[in-house]
Amino acid sequence: MKAGPPFRLGLILLLAPIVLWLSLLVILPHIDMLLISLRVRVAPRVYETSVANYVEFFTEPLYWNTFARTAIMSVTATAMTLLIAFPVSYYIAKMLRGRTKNLLFLLCLIPFWVSELVRTFGWMILLRETGIVSSLLQWAGLIAGPVEFLYNDAAIMIGLVYSSLLFMVVPLVTTLDSLDDSLIEAGYDLGGNGFAVMRAIVIPHAMPGIASGSIVVFMLTLGNYLTPKLLGGKDGLWFTDQIYTQFISRFNWELGSAFGFLLLLLSSIIVWIGLRLTGQTLSASVR
Amino acid sequence: MIPSIPQPRAFRVTYAVYVAVFFVYLMAPLLVAAAFAFNDSLFPSLPWNGFTLDWFFGDSEPRLGVFHDGALTDSIGISAFVAFWVTLLAVGVGLCNAFLFERRTFPFRDLLYMLMLAPLVIPGVILGISILVFSNSIINAVDGAFGIEFDALRPGLVLVVLGQFAFITTITTLVISARLRKFDLSLEEAALNLGATRMVAVWTVTIPYLKPALIGAGIVAFLMSFENFNTTLMLVGSDAPLTITMYDRLREGSTPVLNAVSLLLMVVSGGLALTSVFVQRDPGGR
Repeated sequence: MKAGPPFRLGLILLLAPIVLWLSLLVILPHIDMLLISLRVRVAPRVYETSVANYVEFFTEPLYWNTFARTAIMSVTATAMTLLIAFPVSYYIAKMLRGRTKNLLFLLCLIPFWVSELVRTFGWMILLRETGIVSSLLQWAGLIAGPVEFLYNDAAIMIGLVYSSLLFMVVPLVTTLDSLDDSLIEAGYDLGGNGFAVMRAIVIPHAMPGIASGSIVVFMLTLGNYLTPKLLGGKDGLWFTDQIYTQFISRFNWELGSAFGFLLLLLSSIIVWIGLRLTGQTLSASVR
Repeated sequence: MIPSIPQPRAFRVTYAVYVAVFFVYLMAPLLVAAAFAFNDSLFPSLPWNGFTLDWFFGDSEPRLGVFHDGALTDSIGISAFVAFWVTLLAVGVGLCNAFLFERRTFPFRDLLYMLMLAPLVIPGVILGISILVFSNSIINAVDGAFGIEFDALRPGLVLVVLGQFAFITTITTLVISARLRKFDLSLEEAALNLGATRMVAVWTVTIPYLKPALIGAGIVAFLMSFENFNTTLMLVGSDAPLTITMYDRLREGSTPVLNAVSLLLMVVSGGLALTSVFVQRDPGGR
């Protein structure tokens, strides 16, 4: 039902909050950030327009190395999340029925309701030198002394995948659930083996879920701050941390804004490519 | 690979084991974080020294429990204050947006809808710094034009509320729109035929219908605000919400009092989450 009542005042009153919200808190701040990233300070309170901040990003290896590292690790984390979540989602959607199915699905949602800080704290307790994993392995006799599992890239990856699982499982279960069992049976009847059925029927059907799940996971991973900071070591650099350093520690807002803009650009480009490759739209992905 | 198609036993067992291992992975950090709240030790790590409730009720250093730790209780209060305002604003604006997108046609509607979704795609850290930069520009502009120090927009709770509101409103809009879309418009028309004005019809018929979605959206907004870290980190001033206080403690290394806070957070958010599931699950609902 799109045809509204005729009077205009109501429309203006309804438009006012969204216009204020989007312009003052989203659009203008981002334009301002772009403008600030395009200027350099030549003297106190005197600024000149310049692309020097972007030049600095490309000439300082630390910056673009961190940028590339963040992008590559985010793509890896997204792929791993998909690989781990797909069999579980398939199990929940297709192998289970009734109460067990609903229960396991709800269990998958629990970590989402718990603060990211608490989840990361849990992993710190598990992985640290005096932690549970190290103690269990010693008890089992697999390692001789305490081993530090924290502060390396594997720990970051475990934490990132963990935080992302929900955002993959929910769209996957939803799309797989809508696949009629008889189609799978037909695939077998026509002589396909498990692998062929998976490749020709299940995965094409689940593609919208795979796409929206991967996009959300990638964005969240790229913008993550806590997990790399707390689980990663001294070399566990993440680009959001560089932004924080420029803004809060160095007070170099011009460079920090340039970094922010580059991260936003990277995120948008990869999301756009993802949507294009799979023929999805953003509005459809969030419904 | 569905139950009606026979599979080798070895395959079925392996698959079930994989799913079981997955759920262990899913639950392990939460269980561990909760369990160590009761460990009678100064550090949240093994060995297990026996059961204690000191990390909740202990009233003296070094065994200061949550309920006597002033810094923690203060920051819980600040978080609740922030979450209250974010919820109020986000549900209010979300409700307006739902009526706007579900009931009205106007030029650039699709463009506005895309822009409305944008905050979901913007990383929280970047949303935070852009608002920080912009509010600073406003302060400078106001100072330059009128010579007034507009201190409310310095990093602090006002900015934290605005920053969280900026992306949580997208979520409340989607939740409320989803239910408004299912509303049968003839109910409203019946109220109009019976002599109600449009406002009265919406207030007495449509709003009660939307109530589950409003409560659900409110709970989601409250939790997302309470647990937000990335945006808050960039906008916070001297009053630290709970997530910021916990983060500082985590980096310093802390006593199991943090586990006690974690357990409380899990219980409260779990309870609220269940409430929102039950409120929104009605016959013919979502």
